[in-house]
Amino acid sequence: MLSAELRTRVGALELEVALEVPAGACVALAGPSGAGKTTVLRAVAGLVRPDAGRIACGGETWLDTAAGRSLPPERRGCGYLFQDYALFGHLSVWRNVAYGLRGLPRAQRRERALELLERFGVAALADRRPGSLSGGERQRVALARALAARPRALLLDEPLSALDARSRGRAARELVRLLRELDVPVLLVTHDFAEAASLGDEVAVLDGGRIVQQGTAAALAARPASGFVADFTGAAVLTGRVAVRGDGEGALTVVALDGGGEVRSTDAGEGPVAVAVHPWEVTLEPAAAPASGSSASNRLAAEVVSVTEVGNRVRVGLALPQPLTAEVTRDSVRRLALAPGTRVQAVWKAAATRVTPH
Amino acid sequence: MTARLRGACFPALLFAALAVALAFLVLPVLAIFLETSPAQLVDSLGDPSSRDALRLSVIATTIAVAIVVLVGTPVAWLLATRRFRGRELVVTLLELPLVLPPAVAGIGLLAALGPQGILGGLLDQLGIRLVLETAGVVVALVFVSAPFHLRAAQSAFAAVDRSWLEASRTLGAGEARTFARVAVPAALPGLAAGVALSWGRALGEFGATLMFAGSFRDITQTVPLAIYDRFATDFDGALALSAVLVVVSAALLLSVKLLARDHGADALR
Repeated sequence: MLSAELRTRVGALELEVALEVPAGACVALAGPSGAGKTTVLRAVAGLVRPDAGRIACGGETWLDTAAGRSLPPERRGCGYLFQDYALFGHLSVWRNVAYGLRGLPRAQRRERALELLERFGVAALADRRPGSLSGGERQRVALARALAARPRALLLDEPLSALDARSRGRAARELVRLLRELDVPVLLVTHDFAEAASLGDEVAVLDGGRIVQQGTAAALAARPASGFVADFTGAAVLTGRVAVRGDGEGALTVVALDGGGEVRSTDAGEGPVAVAVHPWEVTLEPAAAPASGSSASNRLAAEVVSVTEVGNRVRVGLALPQPLTAEVTRDSVRRLALAPGTRVQAVWKAAATRVTPH
Repeated sequence: MTARLRGACFPALLFAALAVALAFLVLPVLAIFLETSPAQLVDSLGDPSSRDALRLSVIATTIAVAIVVLVGTPVAWLLATRRFRGRELVVTLLELPLVLPPAVAGIGLLAALGPQGILGGLLDQLGIRLVLETAGVVVALVFVSAPFHLRAAQSAFAAVDRSWLEASRTLGAGEARTFARVAVPAALPGLAAGVALSWGRALGEFGATLMFAGSFRDITQTVPLAIYDRFATDFDGALALSAVLVVVSAALLLSVKLLARDHGADALR
């Protein structure tokens, strides 16, 4: 179990974070750049000293500012994967991996390094210099190096962001497999919710120096605690003001959107609010289609602004006039002849509409 | 003037400036060799006083550079990795000898370490004599050449990727091990440049040595002092000795740079 509770200033930001990561679990700390994610990771590793806090791992106290105790990074035993991997350019790949193995004779260090490189499928690169490796290869070497000395916790700083789009998918799958095998706490930092969702058992969303919500990715997407979280999880966020207050049970809340249009939600709310809806909840119908026979209570006229293929789906950008995104199949794009300028109706259920204070 | 002509004008000016700089800086060096026949070069090496000066120069500069590297490199590391109050002042003070006229450096050394100097009595009690001794030459050389290495080493350490140093720490290495195993190898090309610069400065040192240590054959007369000594009576001999100094300096600088390139090329990637 890794537990961290810290408070520190990062530029103008007042960072105040409390986290617990059980052994064998991975918590993904997610948030936009500048949210202080990396500072949390660096504080856990001992690379930066927070103004106040307590960090403990496996029963050992690493930092306790109240007691004036702070272990230097070399005595904490954190495996740290740096964002740019930070491989030593003057050492061969196997010597990079063996760097943390001390007190062993050379032959044994090389053997252990090769074992690890083998595990990551890069043993053939053992005698190369990091400068001649591809991004994916570097990432695997850096992981092997971080795990070589059997760390007590693993810290990953944007583990996939230095990779190109092609190798990222494969690296993500490998990383998921690796994280499942590890029995130490893993703390991961990312600015990408999808990455956090696929790698973390739990996602903690960091905004303005605080963790605004923590839970499984599915729970965060289904029940965002704020407009920020909703936006971060990929939902479209519309702003407006509650026109008719619902009770959160039977009667629906009606929100008058800024710029025109009305949205109904099963959520309760009052005053200025943010309304969130996920792109995959929004269906599109021809502008003239009748409303009868549908259970969806939100039906807004919209104009198509953009049509972008994302994998096997198509992401359609809409203007209500507020921006909204719908995800539909290629078939639907053809059938509805969707193109920028097409008038459509965006339809979704009140039950799929989240209302949060704005 | 058309736009295209104007566009070509500035590059032409740059190349003209380069031609002037090259001609001016290389001509004196070239002249030494044009005015010295190979026979004179060999002759001058055969002269015992020249050989003494050359030997003294090589020994004194080697010791001085070794001291500069051993003490200066950790200082440069400290200044490159730590922020503290008055750091800028410390850096400026350490760089001061760079802009000091050699004669001033000589006077300063006398006032500090000479028989009547601040530490003169202490040195005397310890039985250490510097003035008019080879040790005094080394002291003068260290004084004038140290800032060159300090400057180069400090910027070389500052240029080392911070994440390498941090990675080393998280992998269980303390600061000393990180310094020895990561920082020094990674900064090697810059450190070598510093060694080359300070060695070159030490080899050419004249004024401070003359004032502090004097010019006595086989004890304090380094090659530059020997050249000056001959210049009045034997211009051709002075010229030949100058040629030897140019060759020795160039060979030293070249070998230091090549050594660093072989060891440090990968560190730069």
